Amino acid sequence: MQLNKFLKTLAVLVSVATLAACSSSPDEDMDSSSSGRTGSEQTDGTRGGVTTGAADRMQSPEEQRQQRYAELRQEHIIYFDFDESTVRGEFAELLTAHADYLARNPSVTVVIEGHTDERGTPEYNIALGERRGNSVATYLRNLGVLSSQIEVVSFGEEKPLARGSSERAWSQNRRAVLVY
Amino acid sequence: MKRVLIGILVIWASISAAYAQSTLEIVITEGQDSARPVAIVPFQWLGEGEAPYNFAEIVIADLRRSGRFNPIDTAQMPGQPGKDLDVGDYAAWGRLGVEAMLVGEVSPLSGNRFQVTYELIDPLRGQITGGTAQALVDGALINSNDHVIDGRSSVVSPSQFRQYSHRISDVVYEALTGERGAFLTRIAYIYVDFDEENPYHLMVSDYDGYNERVLLRSPEPLMSPSWSPEGNRLAYVSFENGRPEIFIQDIYTTERVKLTSFRGINGSPSWSPDGTKMAMVLSKDGAPDIYVMDIASRRVEQITDHWRIDTEPYWTPDGKSLTFTSERGGRAQIYRVDLDSKRIRRVTFDGEANLGGVVTPDGKGMVVVNRNNGQFHIGRQEYPSGNFQVLTETSLDESPSVAPNGSMIIYSTTYNGKQVLALVSMDGRFRARLPSRDGEVKAPAWSPFL
Repeated sequence: MQLNKFLKTLAVLVSVATLAACSSSPDEDMDSSSSGRTGSEQTDGTRGGVTTGAADRMQSPEEQRQQRYAELRQEHIIYFDFDESTVRGEFAELLTAHADYLARNPSVTVVIEGHTDERGTPEYNIALGERRGNSVATYLRNLGVLSSQIEVVSFGEEKPLARGSSERAWSQNRRAVLVY
Repeated sequence: MKRVLIGILVIWASISAAYAQSTLEIVITEGQDSARPVAIVPFQWLGEGEAPYNFAEIVIADLRRSGRFNPIDTAQMPGQPGKDLDVGDYAAWGRLGVEAMLVGEVSPLSGNRFQVTYELIDPLRGQITGGTAQALVDGALINSNDHVIDGRSSVVSPSQFRQYSHRISDVVYEALTGERGAFLTRIAYIYVDFDEENPYHLMVSDYDGYNERVLLRSPEPLMSPSWSPEGNRLAYVSFENGRPEIFIQDIYTTERVKLTSFRGINGSPSWSPDGTKMAMVLSKDGAPDIYVMDIASRRVEQITDHWRIDTEPYWTPDGKSLTFTSERGGRAQIYRVDLDSKRIRRVTFDGEANLGGVVTPDGKGMVVVNRNNGQFHIGRQEYPSGNFQVLTETSLDESPSVAPNGSMIIYSTTYNGKQVLALVSMDGRFRARLPSRDGEVKAPAWSPFL
């Protein structure tokens, strides 16, 4: 499971890296092709070598928004304060991005996993984790996601992201995870 | 020095874990100022060669671990008699300050069986009567060995040696305290090793950590084991299907039944004292509430209905009410609900919060997880006086479970960044820790008398 998660993270990172490479490739291509042409000019004797260039495409505001949402959706985790299940303001845009995607794709479903830190009893934490998951679910529904697209599963304190008994570990473990 | 010794024991325990049959070794962490001195004399072996088993060693460990007794060092003993007739000088034993001495003999029988005979002696009474008191019975003066508190003899095969040793401990404990011993009991618990492909394990072992067995391995979390009153089945929560469901498993036949799979939480199962019902937490109708299921018919009755968290139901011994944790008053506290009238009243008021309540077997007290100044400790509240006492000083204590004789609490705590099991006596005076191998040990549940 941990390995699985690691692989998923790796896959995301690789694809982000690939995207980054793609977006910058036109410039690089131009450079390399021009230098390549320079080399080939001399060998095949083509004269008056021309190079073409492309203008940056104008993005509509909608396209810009979608691009930003797509980037935001790379993040699946939102964090909570101790013993709290209120969605913090800093995660509003992240959840809006997920809600936008789900609302435009009603056949897509998401599992919201609720997690807690290790403090408090395991059974209480199952309830707290569910409250966190429900709080995220309500947030998404208010943005137009259908109830039928959402399932909440609480794991309480049973699947920590970070081990150990420090505030640092606890703050990473108090989370809800959107799993598509 | 004590800390060094504990450290060594812990290291030893973790090194030997891979080889030893037992992976939980009890380390006593606190003194036992109320423990009563007793002499457990090594049993005499009447056969050829080496003795087949060290019965006294197990009895000594049991009695020490109970927190009630302090078995004296063998080297201090004036002799090693195998039976009362061989004790001779009772005064020499009396001077050691022991209130009782256990002597025994083991003799070989055919077919790899052994006769084990033992006597529990009061050396002070023996000193007074010289070992031969006379008493008037039906008008006749007869010899009475009233200094022999108890004496028994049994035929035992090697596979039963350990179990029989615990039985002797039970006899000694009951004779000296008037309370039934709980040495022939088991614990169920969850063991988690994140380095394994299937990290989550449902385990069962003897109460002292020996004879550890894996009942279930899973890639997904396992939680909340609860014993059936007959001690042959466990109810627990498994996430094996990606969401919590309650299962019942026979610990001998491995037969498993899925009891619930409602939408939302299926958690915190607790078997009724008569074995016919299961209290549980379900969130199928919204917030987590307490429900009771009739196991035979699977019919579910809702007991509590509140928009805030209700969880951790636990039966009172009479089966007529449940205690549970609720946030209905703000922070989590323990409440009690009468199952007929559904009347609810709050029962805990000490500290910031109280969770995980379990009612003691005599019904006269409750053990809880008490939160105060952000610290979680095990506490005990008496009923009906309401007197409250914090029993532990360890970190992040949770999941208390009480021995069936009410003498001891086993719970989960954090030590050196790992979850381990620990014991504390009901009066808080005796404390011990059970170190583990790599990984977390949690959610202990003490079996009923077996």
